Amino acid sequence: MRPPISARQWLRQNLFSDPFSALTTLALVAAVAYVMPGVVQWMLLNAVFSADPAACQALEHSGACWGVIVEKYRFILFGRYPYAEQWRPLLATALLLSLIIASTLRLPRPLLVVGWAGVLPVFFLLMGGGHLGLSSIGTDQWGGFPLTLLLTTGGMLLALPMAILVALGRHQHRLPLVRALCAIYVELVRGVPLISVLFLASFLFPILLPQGFSIDVLLRVQVGIVLFAAAYLSETFRGGLQSVSRGQQEAAAALGLGDWQSMRWIILPQAIRAVIPSIMNSAVSIFKDTSLVTIVSLYELTGALSLALAGDAEWRMFYLEGYLFIGAIYWAGCYAMSRYSRQLENRLGVG
Amino acid sequence: MPGKRRQSVAIQAVLLLALVALAWMLVEHTAIHMRERGIQTGFGFLLEPAGFAIGESLFAFDSGDSYFWALLVGLANSLRVALPAIMLSTVLGTLIGLGRLSPNFLLRRLCAGYVESLRNVPLLLQLLAWYFVVTDWLPATAEAIELMPHVFLSKSGLTLPWFGDGGVFFELPMRGEMSISGGAALTPEFIALLLGLSLYTAAYIAETVRAGIQSIPRGQTEAALALGMTRMSVFRLILVPQALRSIIPPLTNSHLSLTKNASLAVAIGYPDLVSVANTTLNQTGRAVECIALIMIVYLILSALTAAISFWFERRSGRWTQTP
Repeated sequence: MRPPISARQWLRQNLFSDPFSALTTLALVAAVAYVMPGVVQWMLLNAVFSADPAACQALEHSGACWGVIVEKYRFILFGRYPYAEQWRPLLATALLLSLIIASTLRLPRPLLVVGWAGVLPVFFLLMGGGHLGLSSIGTDQWGGFPLTLLLTTGGMLLALPMAILVALGRHQHRLPLVRALCAIYVELVRGVPLISVLFLASFLFPILLPQGFSIDVLLRVQVGIVLFAAAYLSETFRGGLQSVSRGQQEAAAALGLGDWQSMRWIILPQAIRAVIPSIMNSAVSIFKDTSLVTIVSLYELTGALSLALAGDAEWRMFYLEGYLFIGAIYWAGCYAMSRYSRQLENRLGVG
Repeated sequence: MPGKRRQSVAIQAVLLLALVALAWMLVEHTAIHMRERGIQTGFGFLLEPAGFAIGESLFAFDSGDSYFWALLVGLANSLRVALPAIMLSTVLGTLIGLGRLSPNFLLRRLCAGYVESLRNVPLLLQLLAWYFVVTDWLPATAEAIELMPHVFLSKSGLTLPWFGDGGVFFELPMRGEMSISGGAALTPEFIALLLGLSLYTAAYIAETVRAGIQSIPRGQTEAALALGMTRMSVFRLILVPQALRSIIPPLTNSHLSLTKNASLAVAIGYPDLVSVANTTLNQTGRAVECIALIMIVYLILSALTAAISFWFERRSGRWTQTP
């Protein structure tokens, strides 16, 4: 424990420790004082908070038009999902989000397994309908935040096991062919931009099937995201496998455990534990990367915003407010995940 | 263990057979399906005239030129935005990374705020926002802002003094009645992409720089200060040379992902390789060829970067070995 210091001492140590630091402080305070009034004025004082297009247009950029969010928030959050049925994506998202948050608390594992096994089918039932008197809504009408959440969660859930398998494939020495194939897959995917993988998923997957058959575009894009994420995640796992000291393997062998047993019970658990914080960072990347699916015409959060504003001449000039709104949603999600990752680092003593 | 060895050879032989069969089936079926749908294959189309114009390019292009030439123009455009963005992001990222280690509380917090806010919002969203701000908030060409003498900023982009068409005379842009003439103009698409890529990547580079410098034990700084070195020479002679070794590999990675992220140009209509390939794909329907071309070009770029970074690591390894 450091002894408490007075405000004067704190200022001296942190803002005016030497002439250069003092100068920096003054310059920064001046810069902030120069910029902040304008920002506050635009964001709050001059802003219009009601869905009044005439008042918004009268602003001529002198203030923010938050009315566009009031007017369009349901379209931005749920995309083209039929208006009257939007309680379904809302409920589905709330369920999935609370399950994700519950998973970060230290609840008994069986409870979480049951939770995931129960909530995922309910999510699809609510979104897709077709049973229990819910009208059927095709995936082409899914959009907004539920889609972002689904692509992220689905991407993580499917990419994790695949990534572990690929990492194991590259880690072993008995099957050089498997090792080479895994290495080729990882390096190929990591060498190209995500957008080209999404193009592959949306243009090329259909050609692989006979005419008349088609895979759902949402599924194709999800497969693309999983293939992409798994390549990066497998490198994370490989790093984890390499971080487990050789002595562990030798000790396991000395105890009479076979290759498979020592991997399953000794090495893999330690490797996974070591990389859990990095896995969270991958989750942050996937969450942000889902915004790219707008380019292949799936209207998740970013796409739904464009859809909501592009065709509406009254509100079209207030994109920036819309970008700030969904930017805040992305930011909150990413920030929460990276905070959780840091917390895990401390709890697990890794990182 | 000859038994185990034979077993693994057998497993791999079966796997290889299965893979070859699968690949053969896929190729065969795809060929059939493409024939059914009347999709032609082959790279011959590359020599046909493209029939579309490209908004901006380093070298002359008109719609009569071939698809091949169009894609080359696209690749040049990708590099034209990626290289300056790499330089900008490295300088800015280094400054912000150092700022996060500053003894000044305010500077430290502001730099941390920069990193936390830019890293946690998708790059695509930032690009769209920049593009919107540039095209919607800036004044029209007639009321262009004169940032510096002869440097004009407006909805139609940034106009700078540059060599004229002949390449000999240095031209100063002049304000005309309705337009600005002379010099070189950077399009709004280019500016938005350059800004977005540089600012986003700088946040990552800042973290790399900070981690690199923090990786050096404090004892070294304290020992050097005890020897009577100034803070500046401690930084220059003790911290930087050692930190560079752990900074360079992730830094190269950031540069590579910046180059790959430049493909988001397609979202704001800057004619980079992916945009041009996308247009080509939509016009000709040659999905396989266009996607393959994009991937091959990026794989080559990645391999080149990896080779340079490998060479650099070996070289910096040699530095530390020589006494």
